[in-house]
Amino acid sequence: MKVWHFSEMAYHPAWPQLGESYRVIIPSRLYDPKIGADLYHRYLDEWALCDELGINIMTNEHHATATCADSVCTIPMAILARETKKVRLLALGMPIGNRNDPIRVAEEYATIDVISRGRLEMGFVKGVPFEIAPANTNPADLMERFWEAHDLILKAMMSHDGPFNWEGTHFHYRQVNVWPRPWQQPHPPVWMPVGSPGSASEAAARGMTIGVLNTGWMRTPAIYEAYRKTAAETGRPATLDKLAYMALIGVGETREDGWRRADQILGYSRTSGIVAPQFMNPPGYASAAQSGQALKTSGAGFRAGRIQSRDGRNIDPRTMSVADAIDAGLAFAGTPDDVYGQLLAFYDHVGGFGHLLMMGQGGLLDHKETVANLTLFSKEVLPRVEDVAG
Amino acid sequence: MERINIGEVSLEMLTAGNGPPLLFLHGGDYFAQHQEFFGRLARRWQVIAPRHPGFGGSVRPDGFRAIHDLAYLYLDLLDRQDLRDVVLVGSSFGGWIALEMCVRCLQRIGRLALIDSVGVKFGGREERDIVDVYALPSAELLERMFFDPATAAPDFARLDDGEASSIARDRAATALYGWRPYMHNPGLRQWLHRVRVPTLVMWGENDRIVEPDYGERLCRLLPSARFELIGQAGHYPQIERPDDVADAIERFARAEVL
Repeated sequence: MKVWHFSEMAYHPAWPQLGESYRVIIPSRLYDPKIGADLYHRYLDEWALCDELGINIMTNEHHATATCADSVCTIPMAILARETKKVRLLALGMPIGNRNDPIRVAEEYATIDVISRGRLEMGFVKGVPFEIAPANTNPADLMERFWEAHDLILKAMMSHDGPFNWEGTHFHYRQVNVWPRPWQQPHPPVWMPVGSPGSASEAAARGMTIGVLNTGWMRTPAIYEAYRKTAAETGRPATLDKLAYMALIGVGETREDGWRRADQILGYSRTSGIVAPQFMNPPGYASAAQSGQALKTSGAGFRAGRIQSRDGRNIDPRTMSVADAIDAGLAFAGTPDDVYGQLLAFYDHVGGFGHLLMMGQGGLLDHKETVANLTLFSKEVLPRVEDVAG
Repeated sequence: MERINIGEVSLEMLTAGNGPPLLFLHGGDYFAQHQEFFGRLARRWQVIAPRHPGFGGSVRPDGFRAIHDLAYLYLDLLDRQDLRDVVLVGSSFGGWIALEMCVRCLQRIGRLALIDSVGVKFGGREERDIVDVYALPSAELLERMFFDPATAAPDFARLDDGEASSIARDRAATALYGWRPYMHNPGLRQWLHRVRVPTLVMWGENDRIVEPDYGERLCRLLPSARFELIGQAGHYPQIERPDDVADAIERFARAEVL
């Protein structure tokens, strides 16, 4: 199994000043660039440390939010492409249905792939519903745009004989000619985060690697099963390296230390879903049946029930405890033995996966504690985890 | 509801009454709340109220993505049914479709009645003529939409699943056609002089989605239009004051001079 360290580069100093929304409508006067600079540098330092520890690196992006100050996932990757030498770099990733220029995405990714000498893994992301307002993209045909951008980017990366023509439904170029061509051939590995069996099938049909986030003990098995089923039906091998799972990880010399770290990392789960309800379900983003349900509950509860304990109890992410998060399969925390044991149990429960997307920093966990968390993980857990799913 | 085919397009369509033809083009939402209004119109007109492609039970063909697709579709409908001297009525988003029809071809259109129509941009790039309904909390949205939300709006919590998903489908279709540019065609304003047909611009006095001032500005750009406020009504006066709106249309249709 490969392990990746993921942080959302949160701008947590603003959190105490936010109310019912941590996204979309919050004024940027709450962002102090001097504090922000210190935070960017420390998060980059933590990823740079991963190169020494043998933990791969994952970035993402969100917009108009204090929970994730990384609004362009390729910018930290561009820095890390030069600053690191060994580990692989996963951007999970670019919201290509919300970007107006897929060719620019191909250029950014290809450049990082060349600078890093072939270490990029490129993610294409649908984006959570509250990304629609900042991008002002049409939610009603988002996925159509997503797949057209996906096809165009891959073709642009694989074409090496001069310009080609693209006059699609959503994107129009008459001279597509991306320089540089990527280092990896025919293109860097392609990832997509998925949260439902339906999208897992779509990814499987194209041989993409899926990153499964925040679906836990209850919802993950059906997603992996859908992937394996479609992969088998379409004649593509559903090897474990096509399946990734994200977990919050707090590890300590004692169980108490590990739980304390996990508790701070959980600041991610406790804040990332706090969004003014009118931005939670833009028209056409979800199916008519799902949106109809949201309408009946005034939008409240549209995403409720997404986190469940193993005995089917709904867990409110805002107040989730470490014990809840471990039970729900969202966090692995405690001593190195605890973390390894929880991971293994989850692995067996879902039928195996080849990538652990480790949120080793989240929320309020400070630099010193993050370094300790990552370092202990690399020494005591990583060697054992690497042997899982060989 | 019946179904009709216009070329390859299959539409759900409400028809009612006998008399001269009246084509009603609905807005983005609240179609189910139009029963009283349709009943009132049907006393005098042959009411033809299609559900736009993507709304209700009408299928949206892949190529239908822009407002002009709907305009050409309904011009085809008038041709195929050989309707003449039609009273064309458009509410909100449907008013936009009606304007797009009228700048293209007036051959079969006798009169145009707009009800709190969108479709045109007047203000500068940092002014918003039409409230961003997708960025408002649901309670505030209803307050702005209706004079009296408690009586006009459905009780969403009590809808059955079919009704709720039907509303969601209508809202998704509205977004598909009107998301960006938001509920207007930047090129439409410069062609409004082509709407050379007697026009009544009706507006809910309490419309706080698109304020009456917008309607007055629209009225001034139409060659032969007069403006009429409907009291105690918001963005859908035909839902809140069906008699008043139907009476206004009748007076307008009878008038020799505007």
